[in-house]
Amino acid sequence: MENVLKVGAAPHIVTKHDTRSVMLDVVIALMPALLAGVYFFGYRAALIVLISIASAVAFEHIWNVALKKPTTIGDLSAVVSGILLAFNLPSTVPLWLPVAGSFFMIVIIKMAYGGLGHNFMNPALGARAFLLASWPSYMTSFTKPQAKLFPVLSPDFVTQATPLGILKEQSGEALPTYLDMFLGNLAGCIGETSKIALLIGFIYLLARGVISWKIPVAFAGTVAALAWVFGGDTLFTGDWLMHLLTGGVFLGAIFMATDYTTTPITESGMIIFGIGCGLLTMIIRLVGGYPEGGSYSILIMNVLTPLLDKYIIPKPFGKAAKKIA
Amino acid sequence: MLLKTFKGGVHPNDCKRFTKDFAIEEMPAPPTMIFPIIQHIGAPSEIVVKKGDYVKVGQLIAKQTGFVSANHHSSVSGTVKSIEAHFHPNGSMVDSIIIENDGKYDVFEDVKPAKPLEQLTDKEIVQIVSDAGIVGMGGASFPTHVKLVPPEGTRIDYVIINCAECEPYLTSDYRAMLEDGDDIIFGCKAIMKALSAPKCLIVVEDNKKDAARHLENLLKDEENISVVVVKTKYPQGSEKHIIFSATGRKVPSGKLPADVGVFVANTDTAASIARAVKTGMPLISRIVTVTGGAIKNKKNLRVRIGTPIRNVIEAAGGFVAEPERIILGGPMMGKGVFSIDLPVIKGTSAILAMTKEDLGINVVTNCTRCGKCVQACPMRLVPVTLAMHSKNENEEMLKKYHVTDCIECGACSYICPARKDPLQMIRVGKRYVIDRARMKKAQ
Ligand code: SF4
Ligand code: SF4
Repeated sequence: MENVLKVGAAPHIVTKHDTRSVMLDVVIALMPALLAGVYFFGYRAALIVLISIASAVAFEHIWNVALKKPTTIGDLSAVVSGILLAFNLPSTVPLWLPVAGSFFMIVIIKMAYGGLGHNFMNPALGARAFLLASWPSYMTSFTKPQAKLFPVLSPDFVTQATPLGILKEQSGEALPTYLDMFLGNLAGCIGETSKIALLIGFIYLLARGVISWKIPVAFAGTVAALAWVFGGDTLFTGDWLMHLLTGGVFLGAIFMATDYTTTPITESGMIIFGIGCGLLTMIIRLVGGYPEGGSYSILIMNVLTPLLDKYIIPKPFGKAAKKIA
Repeated sequence: MLLKTFKGGVHPNDCKRFTKDFAIEEMPAPPTMIFPIIQHIGAPSEIVVKKGDYVKVGQLIAKQTGFVSANHHSSVSGTVKSIEAHFHPNGSMVDSIIIENDGKYDVFEDVKPAKPLEQLTDKEIVQIVSDAGIVGMGGASFPTHVKLVPPEGTRIDYVIINCAECEPYLTSDYRAMLEDGDDIIFGCKAIMKALSAPKCLIVVEDNKKDAARHLENLLKDEENISVVVVKTKYPQGSEKHIIFSATGRKVPSGKLPADVGVFVANTDTAASIARAVKTGMPLISRIVTVTGGAIKNKKNLRVRIGTPIRNVIEAAGGFVAEPERIILGGPMMGKGVFSIDLPVIKGTSAILAMTKEDLGINVVTNCTRCGKCVQACPMRLVPVTLAMHSKNENEEMLKKYHVTDCIECGACSYICPARKDPLQMIRVGKRYVIDRARMKKAQ
């Protein structure tokens, strides 16, 4: 062996987990919620998810080809974004809507800013906000869960208000039971209703070390605390469980507020981020004129993330050391 | 029970199974031995033999120059063939003594036991350690006698024997604990005596519980020496981190273990001190783990210092696969080398011949700002940000983010899913800041 060996700098080994495998883990973690969504809202939910994924991947690929760059779809981040966008849509939206959302999400929010890792807000939530502003009626008509896999593809869905909507409007419609809320048997977006499915995904992500518990727990904890204190007619009587189990808190806290790129990198930054999301969510829900606050609060905190990362410089090991006499 | 540990760190697959059950084998020395005059941190040693001299095992061939330096001895008997610049594991050419081994292993006359430990004074112990050319054998190779003389007024409360062996693949400390337990304990006592330290902690990671238990058995009647089992996590064996895990003390940045009343020595170092006291034999050999996917018979060898790495690999059966990279030391902090015609020196803890598969896949993507490097950093730094400021040579920000506290453990680069290798950049930035500070001082 006379040839000169290749020299590289330490460390010489790397973990098995790379960007692609991390994204694959997120996809796997989203599967229970996808199955639940299809179970409750029928195969149209699956169709919307598929269209959303396909268009997200296609737009990213086209962008790369158009700019003569190596394609980046192999990292699977577009697949994750596609699923998350669809999860934030009601199952009744017209089939072109996820395509429009994907375009905005991939081309405007992600690729125009430099692709993976460079977007300043959560792509799926940004796209959702865009769709909500452009086609509000599609985005806010929710159907009652069908609880069967193959409902006829006819337009006569039974519409139903979401529990938060019911509360806001004081319309007197009956609220679903906690159990239904937990299982996902209530009106809402495709991926947000089944809390148990989302929780399974959460546990998987924690077990695989993909995300840390900090943001989700800080987020949900703040929502619960504020709902309990201020959510009732008098102080400390709020129905915190209902606030947790409805709307997008679970989906948001577990899958949106933990998006790597748009959330802080430091531990204290993560806690502040989570608390901020919870706080803004409850302000929007209780004070603002809009029943659901989760996604806007995350978007606002996304925008603040660069500041959190800039101003939080953790103390190095040994800097806080006490003097030993 | 929750095991003692530190925050941050990573959990690489320890890969110790390949060699952990192989007892240490004595490797016969080859005909030609190479002894560089730099095998330690500090001033290069001064050669005291000349071409044609006959030397014996344990005979001084290069002597220390100044206090922070080390003696080096021949590990074989034979003739000095030449004194020439030879490639060194550090990548440069270093003056080296080439000795033709006559295979007789005649021991040098001055090699004889010292007085019993009880009768030795602290100064005498330090002298023995210094004479024997003992250096830290975990890789850094800092002369041990220097650490045995802490600054005036410093009290050492704990002697820590670092048996963490947190680097994957390495099993030399593990084998030493099982096979040289008595020497390690004798070494502890010698160090405690030299420093008048009241307590000694032998710190072992919990993936080597059997070795810990073995030492505990040997220590049944010892009151002041105890075994501490800590969590298996890289870099548990980092000096600052093992001190924290074992004693709860934090070495402030820029300070030394002695500043918090602690002395740390590596496993093989302690055993070498014991041998020097007991037999008078200086440091002339060390345990080397020879492993990695490309090695045929992976094993633990006792190798005489100066043995060319090529011969060590041959002693392990040679290659079974194309080695993609050869590393001296562990895979996290060891040095990749460009040739195997380099000698084993005092800091060579392992020879790893890694295949492509061993090294892992490297598909580079954009940094996702996942923060995993931040969570992994045992110094609680922000590697991704440091890497960015290093690239821009932003001295002010590098200082603000404490770049000089980086211990170059590689945890950040190991964990990075985007394979951005932040440490690569951080090294550059750290150098830059240190050099700038030096320049300013010089002005
Ligand atoms: S450098 Fe690597 S580990 Fe650190 S934030 Fe970026 S992708 Fe994550
Ligand atoms: S920044 Fe330095 S100390 Fe921190 S993980 Fe990377 S190499 Fe280790």
